[in-house]
Amino acid sequence: MPEVRGPAPRMVIRGGMVVDATGWRRADVVVVDGVVVSLDDAVAPPPGSTVLDAGGCLVAPGLVDLHTHLRDPGDEQAETIESGTRAAALGGYTAVVAMPNTDPPLDSAPAVRAVLDRAATALVQVAVAGAITVGRAGARLAPMAEMAALGVRLFTDDGTGVQSPAVMRRAMEYGRGLGVTLAQHCEDADLVGDGVMHEGVWSSRLGLAGRPAAAEEVMVARDLALAGLTGVRLHLLHLSTAGSVALVAAAKSRGAAVTAESTPHHFTLTDAEVATFDPVFKVNPPLRGRSDVDAVVRGLADGTIDAIATDHAPHRADRKELPFDEAPAGMVGLETAFALALTELDAGWATGEGSGRAGRTPEERERDLISRILALMSWQPAVIAGLDPDHGGGHGGPIAPGAQANLCVVDPGARWTVDRAALASRSGNTPFAGRALRGRVRHTIVRGEPVVRDGEATR
Amino acid sequence: MRHLLGMGDLDADELVEVLDVADAFVEVGQRANPKVPALRGRTVATVFFESSTRTRVSFETAAKRLSADVLSFSAGTSSLNKGESLRDTIETIESMGIDALVIRHAAAGVPVQVARWLSSTCVVNAGDGAHEHPTQALIDLLTIRQVRDPGGKGVGCFAGLAVTIVGDIRHSRVARSQVCGLARLGARVTLVAPATLLPPSLEGWPVEAIGHDLDAVLPTTDVVSLLRVQEERGSGTYVPSLREYAHGYGLTAARAALLPPDAVVLHPGPVIRGVEVAPEVLDLPAVLVRRQVSNGVAVRMAVLFLLLGSGDRPSSGSRGAGGDGASAGGLGPGPGEAARTVEVSAVDDA
Repeated sequence: MPEVRGPAPRMVIRGGMVVDATGWRRADVVVVDGVVVSLDDAVAPPPGSTVLDAGGCLVAPGLVDLHTHLRDPGDEQAETIESGTRAAALGGYTAVVAMPNTDPPLDSAPAVRAVLDRAATALVQVAVAGAITVGRAGARLAPMAEMAALGVRLFTDDGTGVQSPAVMRRAMEYGRGLGVTLAQHCEDADLVGDGVMHEGVWSSRLGLAGRPAAAEEVMVARDLALAGLTGVRLHLLHLSTAGSVALVAAAKSRGAAVTAESTPHHFTLTDAEVATFDPVFKVNPPLRGRSDVDAVVRGLADGTIDAIATDHAPHRADRKELPFDEAPAGMVGLETAFALALTELDAGWATGEGSGRAGRTPEERERDLISRILALMSWQPAVIAGLDPDHGGGHGGPIAPGAQANLCVVDPGARWTVDRAALASRSGNTPFAGRALRGRVRHTIVRGEPVVRDGEATR
Repeated sequence: MRHLLGMGDLDADELVEVLDVADAFVEVGQRANPKVPALRGRTVATVFFESSTRTRVSFETAAKRLSADVLSFSAGTSSLNKGESLRDTIETIESMGIDALVIRHAAAGVPVQVARWLSSTCVVNAGDGAHEHPTQALIDLLTIRQVRDPGGKGVGCFAGLAVTIVGDIRHSRVARSQVCGLARLGARVTLVAPATLLPPSLEGWPVEAIGHDLDAVLPTTDVVSLLRVQEERGSGTYVPSLREYAHGYGLTAARAALLPPDAVVLHPGPVIRGVEVAPEVLDLPAVLVRRQVSNGVAVRMAVLFLLLGSGDRPSSGSRGAGGDGASAGGLGPGPGEAARTVEVSAVDDA
């Protein structure tokens, strides 16, 4: 058993299987001053060091969420930077990208700086997505350069898409010059009209106004064309339809600089849930039909979709007790995303086309599943957000000496049931309450600090 | 049946029961004293977030004729934006001590949500958005049975009955309830509308045919159900104009002449003369609009009675097809049972 030399290790993560983009190996991970210093078969931790038991667990780069609504500033009753990042840490995340649709919106350097300053003590790293247009009103370009100077790498008016093609085209051109990525909430407001759920079989039966799949797809198609015109890097948020997935696949086959994400609720739930009229199932883009869900699951398997993002969207309980038409859209997701991926994609990919999982042993399939999910939830989104080591960040990179210790330790076999009251988020609007899942976060380490230990937030 | 949220809450036997009880109450309504003591001591609250004088008056008349106390609330949907949540509003009303809550709301699904929040109160859907309006559909079923099978107790008259529903089916809660109820009783339902006024998907709807040519289906139609076309739908967004709609789908005198001699015409009201039906057609005997209105009170009495009165029914016998458990004698007012109703005036949303 090798002795650890030099300064006493602050922390040893012991007994786990280390998984990152480079592969799998059994190793204890030693972290000193927030940095991984060594990986060894078995480390005898010197007295005074913190030992995190990872027996039976995976030790992986921390998850990165491309799409978190922290609601702070503006709706602190629904969520704060503190409560939202606690939820993120409990979900295995070490970094989140905060969406700019706060009140006031994050459309200027002072607004962005205020969030970054207050997030400096948050449980996980908070990156900010800046608004594309002033006030997210879709008309005038926000000062993207001054926000980019603060480290903003993603720009979006999320909550709505930039409706004007001409405005979006100028934003893309300007953004290309800055080297940033433009991210779009793809829904054409005109086609959406007063729709509150997916337009289809269920909206027709329930008498609720629908948002057609085409409302998303026309903007996906439009923005792919505009990205080709301008050469900007485009990231498509929360894709939810089979048509969108096909459009992105075709664009990628042409070599377009486009990435895409989908959410756990879009690969798990269908519009049939809305038959309860419970606004907890109201979200934009809406829950779609079975064929759309299947297409998203396939898109996650075949590489068309690059990331699983939560679109964590907390809302106060009373706001979700309004009539379905009036209730705000959105669901919380940070604390359930990893387990939903492990539980649902295991089933969805078992036989799915393009899954590449046929003919393997159960152990090989499990490893393949986990590697793919971690790619979708850690290193790929880290690159999209510019939070990976190649962009000077500390997330998603290989677990090797010198790496910043942003890690999650997860027990893939642990089974648990989602309990709304047990969520750390200030809001309980999860559509998954009561659902049995497998895969639980045991520890989350952010810059060497165990912010979650044995499933409990440490602060 | 704990609540009446939609027609799906009623199986075929329960539908027959409602119709039979309603028929008995029609008879009660023709007496000099149309009041029965069946729900004495019970309280019915009518909570209308969307104004509707006709439906509210119909429900409140029904409750009063059953000797229930009536609490009447009306609130514009805007009141919800004044700070109180829908759930708080409803729970406040329930805590006043009510047995049934009759609710109308402009948003689909509100009665379903409300039923989840209430512990012991029966909820009756008096129309929610474009979702359901079950008592209106029950009125239509009763009206059809009265003319197709006078005095009948079963539902044999619905088997194979050709019903054509015409108009703004997309936005109609009446149509959704009608289709469900008619199909359950064996009627063959045809939907006729411009494509823009049909629901985006009709997958799974128990209808025989969907068409855009009213003239083609009228000669084989037994019952025409006309739906109201709201003015804003005819302003160029769904159909180019009400004039063009009336040209294609209005029941003109010429179209009415295509109907078989014993066919009848229903309309849930209020009727816009000259749009969905020509003025001269509206006054033909085949048009049963007034009978629908008068049946409204009896149907709503039956619904309230079956939801609330089961514990102290005058007869314990089955109310199934052919039964006479709902005989008017059993429901008649006893001597000296002076009906006492308390009315709390509306909470106005002024």
